Amino acid sequence: MTNVLELRGITKRFPGVLANDKIDITLREGKILALLGENGAGKTTLMNILYGLYKPDEGQILVRGKEVDIQSPNDAIERGIGMVHQHFMLVPVMTVTENVMLGVEPTKNGVFLDKEKVAKRIREISDQYGLEVDPTAYIKDLPVGIQQRVEIIKVLYRQADILILDEPTAVLTPQEVDGLFKILQTLLDKGKSIIFITHKLKEVMHAADDITVLRLGRVIGSIDPKDATPEILATMMVGRDVNLVVNKKDAQPKDVAMEVTDLYVRDDRQNLTVNGVSFEVRKGEVLGIAGVQGNGQTELVYALTGLLPIDNGKISLLGEAVKHTTPRNILERGVAHIPEDRQRHGLILSFPIHDNMMLCTYYQEPFAKGVSLQQKKIISNAEELVKQYDVRTPNVYVNVGTLSGGNQQKVIVAREFSRPIQLLIASQPTRGLDVGSIEYIHSRIIQKRDEGTGVLLVSSELDEILALSDRIAVMYKGQIMDILDAKKVNKEALGLLMAGVHPENASTKN
Amino acid sequence: MSETALPNPTQSKKDEKNSRSSDIRQALLIPSLAVLTGLIIGAIVIAISGANVFTAYGALFTGSFGSPIELVAGLRIFFSTGDTASLVKAIYPFTESLVTATPYIFAGLSVALGFRCGLFNIGAEGQFFIGALCSAFVGYSITGLPAYIHLPLALLGGAAGGAVWGMIPGYLKARFGAHEVVNTIMMNWIAFRLSDWLLNGPMKASGFRPVTPNVQPTAELPRFFADPLRFNWGFVLALVMAYVVYWLLFKTTIGFEIRSVGANPDASKYAGMNIIKNFVLVMALAGGLAGLAGSSQVLGVDHWVGQGFSAGYGFDAIALALLGKSHPFGVVLAALLFGFLRSGATDMQSMAGIPIDIISIIQGLVIIFIAAPDIIRWLYRIRSLKVENTVLTRGWGK
Repeated sequence: MTNVLELRGITKRFPGVLANDKIDITLREGKILALLGENGAGKTTLMNILYGLYKPDEGQILVRGKEVDIQSPNDAIERGIGMVHQHFMLVPVMTVTENVMLGVEPTKNGVFLDKEKVAKRIREISDQYGLEVDPTAYIKDLPVGIQQRVEIIKVLYRQADILILDEPTAVLTPQEVDGLFKILQTLLDKGKSIIFITHKLKEVMHAADDITVLRLGRVIGSIDPKDATPEILATMMVGRDVNLVVNKKDAQPKDVAMEVTDLYVRDDRQNLTVNGVSFEVRKGEVLGIAGVQGNGQTELVYALTGLLPIDNGKISLLGEAVKHTTPRNILERGVAHIPEDRQRHGLILSFPIHDNMMLCTYYQEPFAKGVSLQQKKIISNAEELVKQYDVRTPNVYVNVGTLSGGNQQKVIVAREFSRPIQLLIASQPTRGLDVGSIEYIHSRIIQKRDEGTGVLLVSSELDEILALSDRIAVMYKGQIMDILDAKKVNKEALGLLMAGVHPENASTKN
Repeated sequence: MSETALPNPTQSKKDEKNSRSSDIRQALLIPSLAVLTGLIIGAIVIAISGANVFTAYGALFTGSFGSPIELVAGLRIFFSTGDTASLVKAIYPFTESLVTATPYIFAGLSVALGFRCGLFNIGAEGQFFIGALCSAFVGYSITGLPAYIHLPLALLGGAAGGAVWGMIPGYLKARFGAHEVVNTIMMNWIAFRLSDWLLNGPMKASGFRPVTPNVQPTAELPRFFADPLRFNWGFVLALVMAYVVYWLLFKTTIGFEIRSVGANPDASKYAGMNIIKNFVLVMALAGGLAGLAGSSQVLGVDHWVGQGFSAGYGFDAIALALLGKSHPFGVVLAALLFGFLRSGATDMQSMAGIPIDIISIIQGLVIIFIAAPDIIRWLYRIRSLKVENTVLTRGWGK
């Protein structure tokens, strides 16, 4: 067994921060090395060094035993190192073929692009590794899971045999994750080696051959997946015992907070994406909406929060009908919204923390008197919330964009929870967050529930739905398949519903 | 590690002060170096064209600030004899620079305000024309009013005309999604041709030239000194407007909405703001400011409007807003720079024989350096503050 890649004593300093502190890692040939660590542990910095985007201050990189100097991504590609970024680097308006050839365009007669040649090669790669994709499809029309395949094909097209996957499952649905793992296995079988960066514990134990845990820029230790449990890994990652199970009492449902009757919603392209949905959320309970992403959950939440108009149907909030209403109107009736895309809807990244902490209430006392903003009140409010919600930041004047994802989410949670609310609509509240932040945000949501707030939780993470919900509605193709009691439900039945199959019909349909 | 500990409040106050003052320093550093580099390259161009750089820049300096020697002599004569002629001659260039800067400030504020809301107001030139024509009309057509009513009315007329000219593209964007860049350009052409017609027809003064009649003395912005010094209250009004825009943008809920919509329209919608309302409002306000640029020129300097009246103030305003980083005070500094360069260039041409266009080259270079600050960072080996900011919290975990 040879080591295809070794990093020895890699150190990288940024002004004021030691991002990587004498890191040693080893990747064995034909194996998956999982690099586990919380956001900010230095995983991404390390991989950027390996990929030639940063220069290490100290340390060596050895590829197949030979020390190499990687100055740029081109150097890395030449050495057979390919990277699949967490945020895909694809041009949406171009086809798969065009995206794959971008940067290494083969030509006919030195002038004309030879797309056929690339398409043929893509088909070969597809067949060889089980990466099914249509080379002529446009990226914008492809689901996220397929887009990721294109990224992998891009790397394979450039003949990489060491693949770095940065948080590859962060944007995927459970089914897509399974598909990805199958692909990874095929890649290993064909002799590739993989570094898999993640903070998701179960995936690591499922897929990895070796696990190395980073914390605060240092290697905390390596562990054999066979010896690992989620608890051990979480403790290594966070540096303290972590409570992976959400402790909650039985719900005490009270009055109806929100009632939705036969709701129809069209998306921006006028497609009917919510197709006759009815449910109610009571105060003091969590209604979870499970479902594979893209089954109308996003549009449902947009309609409930006033971001999309209602096509047909009724919404009533605290017994009052809601019609033709604006986000502000809904907000003022006591609805808090943790949006699915926190950087798009939830925050203004170029604004300081203190402005984001009052983003929805800037026009109200005490933040404004007439049109005049009350700077002192704004600052003291933010400082208090930062303390109360444990947002890790040097001060409240830094731009929210400089915070880590978990801290950005805490800013949103702090802001939304700090005003009097009757109903909380939380959409993918822990997407892309690390264990510590997930634990924290879950406990805050349950705390709100126990205070008597109604909670509508939309999540494509089944574990999250199961951990928090009192009742679970499963959404499929814009409709609610069923609403189940969370205590009596099992994962398998939910999985079938998510795929659009009623369990009692399952046998007849199969 | 130390960065996991929360800093105590006094520490964070200090950090904040430090980071603010370093922000301001950084904000001024790049533009200053850009101007310096522009002047250096300008000097090289002058040298290549065979002229003496020192004579040229000497003339540029005395043309924009006045000659210190003449100033001392003028003061001496004034105090000994009470004769102001030499003193007036000595301060004339400086006051003229401020006069040139005045419409620049207004127009720069107009474009900067648009930028803050994510709108690109290329229509300042057209709004300038309409503002000038409206002010001129109110100024010459109404008679018999006292100055304290007539002058504000004339200014208001200019602001209102510009506001309407700006609001139309704003409304078209809000209602139909028509891009403001295209619409403001079209509105410019309408304004140009409309003014041609007005100046040759309804608004034409008697005589051959296509110009308006002079405005009534009651509508003029009062001058601080007797002729030939044209320095007038327009400059003070411009500074006041800069403060008003600053206050509006950073101290009020209206400005908070404007900046939010500019920075992230989706989040603004989420927060319950009315994006369409902000687009229309900002385009109207921006148009009003550009209109005031025209008003200040008519009522303070020329007292009439003729064809080709603007000399491109509205287009230079885009550069000013960029140079001033869309901050009202930055715009004032940028406008002063342009005012001094433009006004000094005339002397440079007459005294050193350097074509006035060299100033356009220098301005162009400055704008390139502002638009591509990495050139300046690379030239002077300045580390980017942005990068430092992003890594500032990298170790803060979670």
